[in-house]
Amino acid sequence: MSKGRILIAKPGLDGHDRGAKVVARGLRDAGFEVIYTGLHQTPEMIARAALDEDVDAVGISIMSGAHMTLMPRIAKLLQEQEQGGVLIFGGGIIPDDDITTLKEAGIQEIFTPGTTIGQIAQWLNERLAE
Amino acid sequence: MTLNNKQTQEDGTQGLVSADQTMSGMPLESIYEPSGDVPDNIGRPGAYPFTRGPYETMYRGKPWTMRMFAGFGTPEQTNERFLKLLQAGQTGLSTAFDMPTLMGRDPDDPHSLGEVGREGVNVATLDDMERLFAGIQLDQVSVSMTINASASVALAYYVLIAEKQGVAANQLRGTIQNDMLKEFIAQKEWIVGVKPSMRIIRDMLGWCTKEMPKFHPVSISGYHIREAGATAVQELAFTLADGLGYVDAGLEAGLDVDEFAPRLSFFFDVHNDFFEEIAKLRAARRMWARFMKERYNAKSERSMLLRTHCQTAGVSLTAQQPLNNVARVALQGLAAVLGGTQSLHTNSLDETYALPTEEAATVALRTQQILADEAGVAKVVDPLGGSWFVEELTDQIEAAATELIKQIDGMGGIVQSVEEGFPQKEIAKSAYDFQRRVESGDEIIVGINRYSQEQAGVGIPTLKIDPDVEPNQIERLKAYRQKRDQAATDESLNALAELCRNPDANIMPAVLQAGRAGATLGEICHVYRDVFGEYRDPGGF
Repeated sequence: MSKGRILIAKPGLDGHDRGAKVVARGLRDAGFEVIYTGLHQTPEMIARAALDEDVDAVGISIMSGAHMTLMPRIAKLLQEQEQGGVLIFGGGIIPDDDITTLKEAGIQEIFTPGTTIGQIAQWLNERLAE
Repeated sequence: MTLNNKQTQEDGTQGLVSADQTMSGMPLESIYEPSGDVPDNIGRPGAYPFTRGPYETMYRGKPWTMRMFAGFGTPEQTNERFLKLLQAGQTGLSTAFDMPTLMGRDPDDPHSLGEVGREGVNVATLDDMERLFAGIQLDQVSVSMTINASASVALAYYVLIAEKQGVAANQLRGTIQNDMLKEFIAQKEWIVGVKPSMRIIRDMLGWCTKEMPKFHPVSISGYHIREAGATAVQELAFTLADGLGYVDAGLEAGLDVDEFAPRLSFFFDVHNDFFEEIAKLRAARRMWARFMKERYNAKSERSMLLRTHCQTAGVSLTAQQPLNNVARVALQGLAAVLGGTQSLHTNSLDETYALPTEEAATVALRTQQILADEAGVAKVVDPLGGSWFVEELTDQIEAAATELIKQIDGMGGIVQSVEEGFPQKEIAKSAYDFQRRVESGDEIIVGINRYSQEQAGVGIPTLKIDPDVEPNQIERLKAYRQKRDQAATDESLNALAELCRNPDANIMPAVLQAGRAGATLGEICHVYRDVFGEYRDPGGF
């Protein structure tokens, strides 16, 4: 049985998809059902995919420095479509100073470089069990 | 024949001091060789097959160029950084553009939201390009522009602002990355599909060969391939295969191989495994020389020379205990030098957090200066040449990469194999394997899975991008559109579309005309989207 449905999303113009793809594969191997949006998605496209796919969590990967605009916007759109219960997590090139602001905006966890797939899977397992 | 690099001294880097002795006064030759015959597959430095280096005297003749990549925010902000770098004695510039510019989107495009000026400098108009290079005499500097899908527009703007300065295109020195194959393979910044992208490159190769003989119209890049997860062998094979694809494109443009091949240059990653990286660079030179001689019947030795820029591996840096990154960069930089690079960018310790601060970038530059001036490693040409280990490893890497290129040839060549997603899948597999090895502890990363500490990354300063950059660039763009001759702009874009539809035409004169008429970067790229169709990520993992 699947441990949960996860959408891995790449918003914006950033093409660095190594992290997103490694996490997608890793979570699939850890027993999750994983849907990957592919590159160059707008926040609206990601929110729509989250709804259509009825996911339990959305993982957002950004390397281009646009996280302060794009991550909160995705969180807001998910709330607006009454998916407030969906877990939102993110990763990428994100300075420590921004993490607090992102958490206030509804991104529950930011996984910075060096995080293992095991750590992400464990976090998802714990939070989805709640 | 051996090639001396005196002719290529294009920058003002200071020469080596007392290269002919060690620190303690032991005399040094410039080259050490066997007393008998030199093995054919190794050769002499500056002679075919160039295993030991493209030039006879290497860093004794001219130290490598220390070319640091820079760009952020508005054109003025990056211009200020450029002027500082030039005042500090650097004569080559290297431009980093932001995502909207790289993807051919104007700052007011909905896809540009939050991205303007973040990852590099935003250039949407001819005026922006002029501001970026204000106060810089373009016949006095060599300028590298890291831009691919929208490279034709950046090149046109660059030529046009030089023209305004009274500098003819044939006087311009520099490099435009313009390597779309590696974009599809690894970096994923594209506008149109593989074949139309190759057609645009063909036209640029044809145009630059005639009009910009001192300019490098393509920089064949392994860097992004490696950063996306490729192994050293995959990086080497896919990069050289891409290079073969561009040689084919040049021939298709009707050029003679010796007319344009000497202007092709390369760009490799230098990762953690010290000797493997050195062997990779040595194998790259030998393989390229053979391909050019044997497959393309190049006559000029300059066509056979693989000259390369290197950058230390961004992906090897850790967010945890970030000061350790200085040591990683120093070792990788040393490998690039011992591998015989022509220019080098060393990464900054803070790049897992943001674009580098000025202080961090200075430490990275000083690392190169320590290698050049203190460590003594540049005094003797290819000091590892003849090492049983390094020569054997060079042979092994060459053999494995040759095998992979054969596989690509078997699929019908690199364009076909990229369209089928072969390199993409191989790289994704390698990236995942690497991650699993890190998690199982088979691959050690200091500070991550060994010698880790709590709270190890907190507290280093990071660069902040002014949030006003995006609205300001949008305002400016609107003002630019207001003041231009709209009819002339529309006409120039229609003319460009017309040439795009004719597969035998060269589009470059029309791109230049569109730039002159006032078309924005996004508008020109929209013509490409309209005519050729927009490329979309096939997704999958």
